[in-house]
Amino acid sequence: MAFWRTPLDIDKLKIPKGELHIIKERCKGCGFCVEYCPKGVLQLSDEFNSKGYHPPEVVKPEECVNCDLCEVLCPDFAIYCVRIEEEEEEVDN
Amino acid sequence: MSVETTKQVSDEHPMEHLLRMDRIPHIWCSTCGLGTTVRALAEALEQLEIDHDKVAVVSGIGCTGRVAGYLKLDSFHTTHGRAVPFAMGLHIARPDMKVIVFSGDGDLVSIGGNHFIHTARRNIDITVICVNNFIYAMTGGQVAPTTPIRARSKTTPYGNYETPFNIPLLAASSGAVYVARWTALHVRRMAMSFAEAISKRGFSLVEVIAPCSTLYARLNKLGTGLSLMKFYHDNSEIRHGADLNDIAIDYQSKIVVGKFLDVEKPTYLDALNHHNAGIFGDKYKPYGGGNGSD
Amino acid sequence: MKADPQNVLTGAHYLDGNYAIAEGAIAAGCKFFAGYPITPSTEIAERVSRRFPLIGGIFVQMEDELASMAAILGASWGGKKSMSCTSGPGFSLMMENFGLGIMLETPCVLVNVQRGGPSTGLPTLPGQADMMQARWGSHGDYEVIALAPDSPQEGFELTIHAFNLSEKYRMPVLLMTDECVGHMTEKVIIPPPEEIELIERRYTDKKPGEAWPYQENELISPMLPVGEGYKFHITGLTHDYRGYPVINAEAQAENVDRLMAKVKENVDDLTWLEEKDVEDAEVVVVSYGISSRVVQPAIAKAREEGIKVGQIKMVTVWPFPEKRIRELAGKVKALIMVEMNYGQVYLEMDRCAAGRCETYICGHAGGTVHDPGSVYSTIKDAVK
Ligand code: SF4
Ligand code: SF4
Ligand code: SF4
Repeated sequence: MAFWRTPLDIDKLKIPKGELHIIKERCKGCGFCVEYCPKGVLQLSDEFNSKGYHPPEVVKPEECVNCDLCEVLCPDFAIYCVRIEEEEEEVDN
Repeated sequence: MSVETTKQVSDEHPMEHLLRMDRIPHIWCSTCGLGTTVRALAEALEQLEIDHDKVAVVSGIGCTGRVAGYLKLDSFHTTHGRAVPFAMGLHIARPDMKVIVFSGDGDLVSIGGNHFIHTARRNIDITVICVNNFIYAMTGGQVAPTTPIRARSKTTPYGNYETPFNIPLLAASSGAVYVARWTALHVRRMAMSFAEAISKRGFSLVEVIAPCSTLYARLNKLGTGLSLMKFYHDNSEIRHGADLNDIAIDYQSKIVVGKFLDVEKPTYLDALNHHNAGIFGDKYKPYGGGNGSD
Repeated sequence: MKADPQNVLTGAHYLDGNYAIAEGAIAAGCKFFAGYPITPSTEIAERVSRRFPLIGGIFVQMEDELASMAAILGASWGGKKSMSCTSGPGFSLMMENFGLGIMLETPCVLVNVQRGGPSTGLPTLPGQADMMQARWGSHGDYEVIALAPDSPQEGFELTIHAFNLSEKYRMPVLLMTDECVGHMTEKVIIPPPEEIELIERRYTDKKPGEAWPYQENELISPMLPVGEGYKFHITGLTHDYRGYPVINAEAQAENVDRLMAKVKENVDDLTWLEEKDVEDAEVVVVSYGISSRVVQPAIAKAREEGIKVGQIKMVTVWPFPEKRIRELAGKVKALIMVEMNYGQVYLEMDRCAAGRCETYICGHAGGTVHDPGSVYSTIKDAVK
């Protein structure tokens, strides 16, 4: 990290936030999303879906940066992330 | 147990319009890399902003051969090894369409090997996505022409001793104009390569190294598909324009990925039209297809 | 619909059977030909490759016959009338995707200019020993349509007929000729385009989203065009009307029964026999293709001697004219099959005769057409 300069406008940059949607019944519990989420947002739950897999659950919702990596890696189209719009965020806050 | 922000089955995944939702869930095993590769193609089709009505996908036989059945495009599930010539016929009849062959290593370079090299030689304007999982998966895990030396399969129970194909080298030396390789973990770059390959005029090939958890990983005691994804993470090296002679894949060794070739050459139909125009002059109407009503 | 004038070389020509077949295909509107050179069929490909550039057709010389058959199916789904031609060894390779063509219900025409087999056999000499391969050559249960021309003129006409049947029944159609017809040169009259009736492809009139590749409860569904938003799926696996794979015995029965019913329920439409002196006959000589010409001197000689011999020429060999043969078996003393093999179509004739008359095979291993003397002595045996 020492090689990277800190952006001058860092105080103005907004880190996006995401809202996760997990379609539990489609999940085959591969763990790709859990493993590669850069923010550790997910973990495999103890819950079983009807196929007997453990779908992921969101453990750190506020950390999600809507990078979509979980969505693009998921082989079963079982998870996706939607960007939380700013206004909404303010309302929520 | 579920956290507030998760929602249930009624949700619509953003790629649903490109999938045959009436056939999802697909048949592929847990931790298989195929679904991820399909997702990457959907991503590429989105990026390209092309009319999806004008895209066809053709598959052969095998686990990857099932891809055609899940994409909501004009889709053809053909015979073992013959996806490429079927696609060639379809492309020539409808040159206005993008024809994508999505099939496995055994289908494309073993039983379909002859078609693969000749279609590349002719520079037929199709895109071939070859998912290489190093094994015949649908039939239960037999040695493939891509199985690395020493790797085990059900028909090489003591390890493989045949030299595997280096698919990018095979494609490039046969005449392909675009050649890339990624692993299933390189989702974004894979999608970008798919988009480039589809836009490219001529025979383009993207090889995707993907985990077969149920057979390749299990028979070789390599863990799950996730373990293979981690292996790709630690052992792949991006080397665009690499010398294709240096990128053969050995058992559990480094995997060189990247865009290896991107050159311009007249396509089959370009060559045909150019040649015939020279021979017949004004009498020759350039062949451009149409909807068959001509 | 009538033939397109740019495709039709109207007039009297002196052509060999292979060239006549090529002209028939072009007149029928064939615009895609994929093939691999093989004696004695190659002149069809040569003629097509010469004729195509100026009439908007595409000829591709493929890497092998496996690819040729696959490519014509792809082109047919792309909307082109397409064909290939071959002979025994190539026919064996094409059987794989011929089966796919049957399963996907894909119109196209495949010509087999038969030579002597098995294996490489007699590349330059005639045979009719692929007739059972035509019937059963690909794996699984299915019905086929196979036509047999006896001359270059019929080569021209039956090729057009084959294209028409392939569109009407939405399936590949076989033209089973042989080296002798392929290489014999005779006068061929090509009629003006307005006299050539063509059956064009039937496409769905339903909108995308409402149409499936095989409509429910329809024997022969109209096709779906590619590239028009139908986003249909088709597969060589056993499938339902949606084209989706369904792997169980009920779906298999439904799928296969319908494929077979397309032909079985239309045998009367498909049957094409030419009969001569059959009404009063005590012996009928049945044959097809070149053999139906070779038998004529023998029949004439027998009739001169007062033997009541009739002749049936099967223009359509498959589906077999079961009804007519059964009918005749109850009336005549004997049926004689004359073919250049050791009794392939004979088996069907004998089955249909069902012991109600004598049946004879006058056959040989191929390499030459029959000596009329052998046909004559079979007739004599039959009336003994
Ligand atoms: S969108 Fe990115 S940050 Fe959010 S859960 Fe998925 S992978 Fe993690
Ligand atoms: S990547 Fe998809 S299938 Fe795998 S655990 Fe996550 S949600 Fe489930
Ligand atoms: S057998 Fe292997 S390749 Fe086939 S679906 Fe399972 S994991 Fe994937």
